[in-house]
Amino acid sequence: MKAIQKLGLGIFLLALLLFNALLFMGQFRLTEAQLQESVKQEHVEVLRQELQPMLGETYSSSFSFATDFNRLLDNYNEEQQRSQQWDRVIWDDYAFALARVASQGFVENNKLLLLFLTIIVGAAGALLYILPQYRGEPAGVKNNGVMFSSNKSRGVVGITIGVYLTAIYVLLYWYPEYIVNWALLVDPLSYTLSGGPASQWFLYGTIYTLAILVMGVRMFRKYKGNNYQLLRTASVMFFQLSFAFLIPEILVVLNLPWYDLKNIWPLDYDFFFEYSVASMLGSGSAGLFLFIWGILLIIVAVPLFTYFYGKRWYCSWVCGCGGLAETAGDPYRHLSDKSLKAWKVERWMVYPILVIITVITLLTIANYFTEFALLKQSTDMLHQWYGFLIGAAFAGVVGVGFYPLMGNRVWCRFGCPLAAYIGIVQRYKSRFRITTNGGQCISCGNCSTYCEMGIDVRWYAQRGQNIVRASCVGCGICASVCPRGVLKLENGPEQGRITDIPFLTGNESIKVLN
Amino acid sequence: MREPHATGDFCIRTPGRRIVIIGNGISGITCARHIRKRDSEAHITIISGETEHFFSRTALMYIFMGHMTYAHTKPYEDWFWEKNRLHLVHDWVTSINFEQKELQLQQQEPLTYDILILALGSKPNKFDWPGQGLQGVQGLYSYQDLQMMNDNTANCQHAVVVGGGLIGVEMTEMLLSRNIPVAFLVREEGFWRSILPKEESDLVMRHLREHHVDLRLNTELKEIRDDGTGRVSAVVTTAGEEISCQFVGLAVGVQPNIDLVRNTELVVNRGILVDQHFATNIPNVFAIGDCAEYRVPVPQRQSIEQVWYTGRMHGETLAHSLTHQPVKYNPGPWFNSAKFFDIEYQTYGMVPNRWKQPVDSFYWEHADGIIAFRAVFNGEDKRLHGVNGLGLRLRHEFFDQALRENWTVEQVLVKLDQANFDPEFSDRHHREMLQAYNEQFGTNLEPEKKEKKGLLSYFWR
Repeated sequence: MKAIQKLGLGIFLLALLLFNALLFMGQFRLTEAQLQESVKQEHVEVLRQELQPMLGETYSSSFSFATDFNRLLDNYNEEQQRSQQWDRVIWDDYAFALARVASQGFVENNKLLLLFLTIIVGAAGALLYILPQYRGEPAGVKNNGVMFSSNKSRGVVGITIGVYLTAIYVLLYWYPEYIVNWALLVDPLSYTLSGGPASQWFLYGTIYTLAILVMGVRMFRKYKGNNYQLLRTASVMFFQLSFAFLIPEILVVLNLPWYDLKNIWPLDYDFFFEYSVASMLGSGSAGLFLFIWGILLIIVAVPLFTYFYGKRWYCSWVCGCGGLAETAGDPYRHLSDKSLKAWKVERWMVYPILVIITVITLLTIANYFTEFALLKQSTDMLHQWYGFLIGAAFAGVVGVGFYPLMGNRVWCRFGCPLAAYIGIVQRYKSRFRITTNGGQCISCGNCSTYCEMGIDVRWYAQRGQNIVRASCVGCGICASVCPRGVLKLENGPEQGRITDIPFLTGNESIKVLN
Repeated sequence: MREPHATGDFCIRTPGRRIVIIGNGISGITCARHIRKRDSEAHITIISGETEHFFSRTALMYIFMGHMTYAHTKPYEDWFWEKNRLHLVHDWVTSINFEQKELQLQQQEPLTYDILILALGSKPNKFDWPGQGLQGVQGLYSYQDLQMMNDNTANCQHAVVVGGGLIGVEMTEMLLSRNIPVAFLVREEGFWRSILPKEESDLVMRHLREHHVDLRLNTELKEIRDDGTGRVSAVVTTAGEEISCQFVGLAVGVQPNIDLVRNTELVVNRGILVDQHFATNIPNVFAIGDCAEYRVPVPQRQSIEQVWYTGRMHGETLAHSLTHQPVKYNPGPWFNSAKFFDIEYQTYGMVPNRWKQPVDSFYWEHADGIIAFRAVFNGEDKRLHGVNGLGLRLRHEFFDQALRENWTVEQVLVKLDQANFDPEFSDRHHREMLQAYNEQFGTNLEPEKKEKKGLLSYFWR
């Protein structure tokens, strides 16, 4: 490792350390006035009473502040529940909002400086480490030592990163009040873009986008000389930065709903839920356009593009989940399970999830058109459970948190209902396939090893068979790592796409087939 | 030698016959799989002392380099064998009693067979160099060799690889992946010159040097020196130069691994002699893969073929003969592939390292010097003999058809776009190649246009 790379790694680690230390810094002091501003009118009185012990108190960290708050609120809610006063229970989640306004001191006063020292310096350090990689080396496969790496082979480093990522997702989804200091960091950016304060989701979006950009640069280094990989990576970087990060904030500035124009139902599972539809249709003609755009993506774009280019047009060129998997997740792609059993589990998970979200969506729409006579408000419960189990726990915690343990496409492979939908189109009506080059396969296994979707590519290649699989996201890594030029991603005529040749090209001993 | 007359029924065909295959490499395993496809009753046993399960020998280097683990190199999951009732015996065969049809094993009970298939593979050549038995000196063929190489290179500051062929360049790449500098001793005036024409050899050598390989051409090994403890300390070349090293890789070819059957009634030469049905001189005993030597070679081919692809074809063909009807081994146009560090090599048909009239050659090299294409053909009727591709991927089916149908080099060159197998968005070179051909041979060929059928084509049609 070159000195400059060591320096970069050191800077990155220091920035990461400071970033984590931030959670324990700053002070929190909630005043009555702040409470009044931050909660619904009907809750002000109750909360002022219940939170009396902490009002005006100075807490030395968000942890003690949030712990006190949650304790007091829980006491109150439990009491109401015990006395069956259901309407008096406070369901709203005020912890994050109150921790935000209560924050003061070091972090609150030095947001810009700390943003620079943690996130910006951290990204710069990572780039210092990444940019000199493979300099002066010829283009080619760069997988030396992957299986010896503690990070990439479920060693101590890998497990530590997995636990850390998982913890971050748990905090982000269910305990955002503990990471309020991180959200404060990106306040300056949020104010610049949309004029509002940063939520935990804006923080998440910022780091997510930065991870794709920085690790995208790593892809440029690692796969230099391979135009398919370079273009594909540039594409996911572009879509993440513009469609997923900047444009939604601009829409907010324009008084439109926050909307990621490339997110497609059923991945965007709440697209048809009442509140989404209401917010789109309540935003005038531009909102109506967003609604129609979303529907066109589902019924026109998916079948059309998938027919011509295969699933890859979305999963490894456009999608945000795919974008992170293909950049930040690339070092872990070989950790996917290739066994036949895993394939069975995959099919028993991903398609049922597609069915479940379809049923939930249809029920929601039916309920909406019957003016809630059908199921009353009970679809809300379905939405919450789906959001909790699939949207948060599966897509987030397991999907990304488990990168270093189960590979970078766990969500896409086992959970994503959109991938399931596109996959069905790809399997049955598409021009896309991975062509196997006659009899040239030497069964070495590089293709299967580095397939992030856990497809046993070699199984097909060594039989001279084209690879046509619903799950293939067309990342093209199998073709890149193949040492004998056996695999090629292609769009071609449907005829002859699925092949089954009993004897491999090159052997003419056997004339009588079948 | 005359080919013995093929009989219609040259092996035992009773249901439930016991077929024993010695060797679980690509030949033996392919044969076993194809027998099972057509004969659900046969008792099939595969014996190997090397590893319990079939793995891809060609991938050994990737285990050493950390691209894969041993488990990744197994083409079939471990349940595959039991599910297909392919009985695996992990043991070494110590002797064969052809009279009693019985095999003695090192650890386990003897096994009897009705049909015996020998797929014994190869072993590295050694040419009685002084010191070749020292610790730290080895070839690379088996899984055990790989483990030994792992141990032998643990504290290695400098290594020497002897032999300018495929295993030699693989060993060199393996060692360099662990930052061990390598002196690569090549006997000929260029890398793999016994196979590659000069330009291809030069191109590969430039690439090796870019990878900091210390190439020593026209250099032969004279002796290997001891450090006093039984370990290698240096090699001496025939020119008298001493190169200090702690590891010596011997990669000067392989020979059939037939010690097991030497001095038995099985007739052997360099390999086990077989007819075109892979039948040996003993009924119901067959030999396939690296260890087989044809009594009468297939025209234009070696009598011993030690290539992954031919081993696989042997297995396919013999299985067909044993389960369906006897067919002669009849490989189609030759093909092969290799990879020299980052440069992929594919060849189709026959490209000799040297040629003379009326054979002619067209060679094109990209300005970057890492991509090349050669077509060798009959200078009179332009019929294609074969092609070499370096740094570009070529479609097997395209050239298989071109060679079987005796296309001319010009027919091939105008259609070369269809032969392209490079990843999408790669630079295309077929126009440049055709232009080079036109200049060199005074022709005026135009590339054949292929109809595009993408989404965009619907717009501007």
